[in-house]
Amino acid sequence: MPDGRTLEVKVWRGRESGRFQAFTVPRRASQTVLDVVSWIQRHLDTTLSYRFACRVGMCGSCAMTVNGKPRWTCRTHVDKVAEGDTLTVAPLANLPVVKDLATDMAPFFDKWAKAQGRFVPEDDRPREFHIVPPETSERRAVDAGIECIGCGVCYAACDIVRWNRDYLGPAALNRAWTLVNDVRDAGNPTRLAAVAGDAGCHACHSQENCREHCPKQINATASIAGLKRAAAIAALKGQL
Amino acid sequence: MSVRSETRLWLAQRASAAVLALCVIVHLATMVYAVRGGLSAAEILSRTRGSSAWLAFYLLFVAAVVIHAPIGLRAVLREMTTWRGRSLDFAVVLFGILLAALGLRAALAVFA
Ligand code: SF4
Ligand code: SF4
Ligand code: FES
Repeated sequence: MPDGRTLEVKVWRGRESGRFQAFTVPRRASQTVLDVVSWIQRHLDTTLSYRFACRVGMCGSCAMTVNGKPRWTCRTHVDKVAEGDTLTVAPLANLPVVKDLATDMAPFFDKWAKAQGRFVPEDDRPREFHIVPPETSERRAVDAGIECIGCGVCYAACDIVRWNRDYLGPAALNRAWTLVNDVRDAGNPTRLAAVAGDAGCHACHSQENCREHCPKQINATASIAGLKRAAAIAALKGQL
Repeated sequence: MSVRSETRLWLAQRASAAVLALCVIVHLATMVYAVRGGLSAAEILSRTRGSSAWLAFYLLFVAAVVIHAPIGLRAVLREMTTWRGRSLDFAVVLFGILLAALGLRAALAVFA
């Protein structure tokens, strides 16, 4: 429902170098940042590039920097983040910019692969099913981290990612932690070797910027602390 | 440096931090206590000289510093600069040796 008010929106245009372009967008009730960006693209400038898919907080493709903070734009209401009647929308930090608001997520997902973030099945001999009772600490650790949608918000919020381009980052390490706790997985301890060290979990400062910004409230910091413990124990046992 | 060594460095840094936390508390508490009691430097030295307990304490303190500080410095430099590799590791070992020399000198001065 238009209420006559408008929003002044500054949108990043270009690649690594570029500039902010100003647009005026009608303010609506329950308007999300993604609605604003889509409105600009449909009504004011069809060349604006950005990315989204589900619009309901599931796919993780719509993250951008909104008024300086990384956010999932499809679930971020303008009312919550607009400063007065202004909004600044930029691409996610710590990732190469493809164009305008679209970043290249390849480095982010490459690090998931580097952290061995894929499930490794046991050998293919037939065996009994694993029973995983919900109350075990392993299962609870998996539950705490498994709902990640791969949006890259935590990665953009992390100072260590900015300072150390090799750092695997919170999401990849959180993924690895869910697998370390997956009793069906056979990929440890090579996975622990992949996530330990100066570019892995040991580089984390535990200051929870990732957790603070994660739209799914995932505590990657705790997952990383778990990896530090697991790696330390493995190193003491000579298994690393 | 191998992942195993990096993990061990991290462990050594955590363990030495725990020792340091204790040492710093004892060190500061003793200093405050001694100064408030109105003891002069000479009087304090007369109590610590020949005390192997204080020597042992300060040697432990120095050891913890020598382990902790270079590992931390290495991490800070890796974050804030592009310095990596053997030259960096070598430089922080040198820094550790310097700390050890200064620390031992101080610890021995308290003892003898
Ligand atoms: S807690 Fe660790 S992973 Fe999370 S933002 Fe801080 S340094 Fe990055
Ligand atoms: S941990 Fe949270 S912020 Fe990071 S990618 Fe997953 S859902 Fe996004
Ligand atoms: S568009 Fe899918 S999470 Fe936002």
